[in-house]
Order: sequence, then structure tokens, then C-alpha cells
Amino acid sequence: MSASLPSEGIEHAPTYAAVTQAICDIPLRRRFGQGWRAGFAVALLLALLLMFGIGWLLVRGVGIWGLNIPVAWAFAIADYVWWIAIGMGGTFISAALLLVRQEWRSSLNRYAETMTVFAVSVSGLFPILHLGRPWFFYWLFPYPDIMNVWPQWRSSLEWDFFAILAYLIVSILYWYIGMIPDFASLRDRAASRTRARVYGFLALGWRGEARHWQRFEKLSLILAGLAVPLVFSVHSMVALDFSEGLVPGWHSTIFPPFFVAGALFSGFAMVLALGIPMRRYLRLEAFITSRHLENMAKMMLATGLVVDYSYCSEIFTAFYSMDRYELAMTLNRMGGAYAWVFWGTILCNVLQIQLLWLARIRRSPAVLFIISVGVLIGMWLERFMLIVTSLYRDYVPSSWGMFYPTVWDIAFLAGSVGLFFVLFLTFVRVGPVISMFELRRAVCSPAEAAQREPQPS
Amino acid sequence: MSSPYGLLAQFSSAEQLLQAALRTRSESPHLPIEAFSPFPIRGLDEALGAARSPIPVLMGLGGLLAGVGTFLLEGYSAVMSYPINVGGRPLGSWPAFVPPAVEMAVLGAVLFGVVAMLTGNGLPRLHHPLFGVPEFERASADGFFLLLRSSAEEDIEATRTFLQTLSPVAICEVPS
Repeated sequence: MSASLPSEGIEHAPTYAAVTQAICDIPLRRRFGQGWRAGFAVALLLALLLMFGIGWLLVRGVGIWGLNIPVAWAFAIADYVWWIAIGMGGTFISAALLLVRQEWRSSLNRYAETMTVFAVSVSGLFPILHLGRPWFFYWLFPYPDIMNVWPQWRSSLEWDFFAILAYLIVSILYWYIGMIPDFASLRDRAASRTRARVYGFLALGWRGEARHWQRFEKLSLILAGLAVPLVFSVHSMVALDFSEGLVPGWHSTIFPPFFVAGALFSGFAMVLALGIPMRRYLRLEAFITSRHLENMAKMMLATGLVVDYSYCSEIFTAFYSMDRYELAMTLNRMGGAYAWVFWGTILCNVLQIQLLWLARIRRSPAVLFIISVGVLIGMWLERFMLIVTSLYRDYVPSSWGMFYPTVWDIAFLAGSVGLFFVLFLTFVRVGPVISMFELRRAVCSPAEAAQREPQPS
Repeated sequence: MSSPYGLLAQFSSAEQLLQAALRTRSESPHLPIEAFSPFPIRGLDEALGAARSPIPVLMGLGGLLAGVGTFLLEGYSAVMSYPINVGGRPLGSWPAFVPPAVEMAVLGAVLFGVVAMLTGNGLPRLHHPLFGVPEFERASADGFFLLLRSSAEEDIEATRTFLQTLSPVAICEVPS
């Protein structure tokens, strides 16, 4: 994929002004009709359900979920891992593709970063709510308290707190800093004074001076360079929450890389699942072209194959080790009470993605959309499988027990999806969905710039 | 009437702005010049004689401070302030202290970098004389501008004459 022209991936070489206008018009002039309102209303209702659920949880405790001993981790932890994994994909697309100078990423990185910020925000709710006494969550933070106790630094749950904290703040800053020049574009084009003030405030007075750009670019590059290892470390720590446990199926060194691959896989799926309807609804086909979708599909296939390899490796390790508990767990996953979760995972994450080998499939947005939603479902099922099938049958048969979700388990999952879409749809309505300054730069290749002037506008 | 803030010359492409900046700098290196563009232009900061940014060093420093600080805090709390004997295992089990320190190092580097970028650029600064020029709003879409600050009123005409030799699309006065 080397030697790509800067403007490659964007159709019919538009002008700077046209690119800016097209993206600015979405928040400033476009009328959002029934479709947006209906989507927002559904998302808002689900988000309200989540808020109601949180209120009920605070009153009654985590017992409103189907949690019990032995399965003390279930939906909430699966939801948490699923959401934070989705976030990883967004950061990776934005940062890794910047570092390897894949200029076509300019059309994708903004909404991928937006997805990251909102997904991580939603995911962070779950471990806190799962604490039992969520109002004491700040005890995880090391501060000199009057009880004279400190956090347990050797626990991966404590590491996880730091990982999420760092990742949330870094991804918000990465997202916001990248938007400053675009807020300036919106500020300069806003018709009403109020809007100009709001965007002007967000733009922090950005003027586009050459030295400012120099610092901005330097910062963006290093941020991207830090974000990629951050993605890997954060999701590795999520995986260590399980690896540090001793139950069969968890206590495995494969978990960190396996979880990272799964994170990127589901993140790419979410980028496709959001991008395909969005580009159609906002008429962004000229910017998010079928080439972008095809590249994303290839990346989704590649990471999917790594995930599939990990599945094989897990099963192989169980048989190769001859460890009776590992073996029992593996066979029980495939044929036990939750076998349908295992086979559902295989269907979604192994079988259906093989369709992506066909170029015809990769070029069909509708099919891609269906496959990526399937991957998202599959990745949720995988987390549920990893968590529950290890816990419900551990070493001692007397401590075996089933997990059945309650209506609140399902309400929290649906509600978190609703909350995510409330945030995302709001951003689409008021924010710059594509990074305008990067598009402008992509439109301008140095040789071309000389020919195209003077530029009547 | 007070003297204006400066003179703003508009160009129609990145290449023209770069050439204009290079010429201005070679002909009158003492003039404080600023260039504005809707996207970063490679080489423009060097053409203006911009110094190397200290951002990488500051970010490294921030990362080091936060990382080492977190590590020391962990060590202090686990060994000195709140030692817990778990089956005689060592209190200063430093490998277990690395992950939070790494995360905080990244966070520290990023926070330092963001603050360094903003303070280096003099942002947030919500108002600026340039925003008084109606044409300047194109700097965030398709306008390329060169700003020459005027120190005294008599310099204005000389500056204007000089700017005209760069054949800009337009020249406007920036009110102070």
C-alpha cells in the first residue's frame, strides 16, 4: 500500500473550499430529518432505561443482575470488555495509520476517534457499577486517606483502573486536539452569533499560523506514537484481569495478545457498522469511498484471522496439556449448557468473515454492514463465553452452578448501546464528522497545487 | 487614528505562500512575519525561521516524571506506609508496580505535550486583531495569508509596496 497519492481515496479531486463547505454544512446548515430524530429517540429511550437501571442498582445492589456464586462476573464484565475493545479499534485506525502515512485514513479517523471516546466512556461505567458499592470507586485511586490504607498494587484489577483512566483521558485529548482546527473552520462559517461563539470557544482562538501548525503536527505525531502502545497495554491489562485468575480457561498467557486482536477486530467492525449508514445518510460517499470500506474489510478479516488462530491455539493447548480441567472446560464449552454461545461465536467470528476473501463482498456496503454487525454480536458472545463457561464449572463439582441473566442484565446492555448512540448521534449533528484540515491537505499534493492555481471560488 | 496592527497579504495557493515567505525572509530577515494556512504546509515553518519545538523533550520529561513518580508512590505505599505480609512474599515486588507506572507515564507525557502545544501557541486566545479582517475567515478553508507587523505608521506604505512585489491576490490592513 505504499506509493499512494495523498489525494487517493477521495473522489473527483475537490477544492479546499468545497471540501470545507461539504463538511461544515453538516452541523451548520443541514436539516436533520425524521431518520435522525427516530434514531435519536430510540437511543434516548434506551439511555433512559440505563439511567433508571443505574438508579435501581444503587438502591438494591448488584443482586438485580443474575450474578451469584460461582458466576460472579457475567454481563457487566462482558459489556465492559466489549465496549473498551470497540474503542481500541478506533484509536488504532487513527494512530497506526497516521504513523505509517496511510493518507486515506483522513476520511475515517475523526469518526473512529469519536467512536473510541464514547465507547470508552460507556465501558468505564460497568466496572464501577460492578463494584457493589460504586460510590466508593475512588478508593481505587491512591490518595493519603484517613483510614491509612493503600490500593493493592499487585492486582491486575488495580492496574486496570490506571489503564482505563489513562486511556480515557488520552483518547479524549487526542480527539479534541485533532478537532481544534476544524472547530476554527466551523467558527468562521457559522451563520449565527451563538454558534460562532460556541465553536470559537472550542477552537481556542486557532488561526492556523505556521509555527502553530508545526507544534500541532509534532504533538499529533507523538500522540499517535504513544496511542498505539497504549492500546496494546490497556487491552493487555483487561486480559490480565482474567489471566491472573486461576480458573481453567482464564489462567493462560495467550490472553493479552488474544484480547488485543479481538479488540481491533471488533473495533474495525464497529467502524464499518457506523460508517456505512453514516456515509449514506450524510451523503459522504465522495469522502468515505468504497476503497475505504474495502480496506477496512481487509483489516477486519486480518484481525479476525488472528482471533481465529487464538481460538485454535486455546483448544490445541487444552488437548496438548492433557490437563483434565482444561480439557473438561474445553469440551464443556463445545457441548455443555452454553454450547450455543460457543457455536454462535464460531459462526460470527470464524465462519461468516471468510466471505470477506471475496472482492465482490468487500465492495458491497450492505453485506459488509451485516457482516460487521455479526462480528460485533460474535465478539460479545465470545466475551460472555470466556467469562461464564470458565466460572460456572471450576475444579470442584459441588461449587458448580448456572448463570441466568435477569431483565436488568439485558437492560444494561441495551441501555449502554443507547447511551453510545445518544452521544454519537449528537456528535454527528453538531461536530465535524471528517477531519477537514487533513482532507484539505490530502486534496493538495505539491505538484498539483502549482497547476491548479489560481483557484476561483 | 492609531496605527494598524499590520498588513495582511492573501495568496491563492500553498506554493505561492511558501515562495512569498521565503522571499520576505531573504530580503528583510529582521521583519517579524507570520503565515497562516488552512492546513500545515511542509517547509513553511522553516521558511519563517521557526525554532525547533521543545515539545518532544517536554513530553519525555512529563512521561518520566509521571512514570517514576507513580513507581515511587507504589513502592512507598507497599513497603513503608502499608506493608501487608501475604505468606511472606516480598513487599517490594517491583515488577508488579510497572504496569500502572507505564500507564501514568503515557498520561503524563500526553498532558505535558498538550499543555506545551497550547502555551507555545499562545492559546487559548479567544480574540485576536486578525479576526477583525473579514477576509481572514478563509484562512480556515482556502486562504493563504502572510502577515507583516507594522511598527510605525510611516512603515505601512513601504511594507505595502514590498508586499505588492510578491503579487498577492489582495492586501488588507489589519486594524489594531
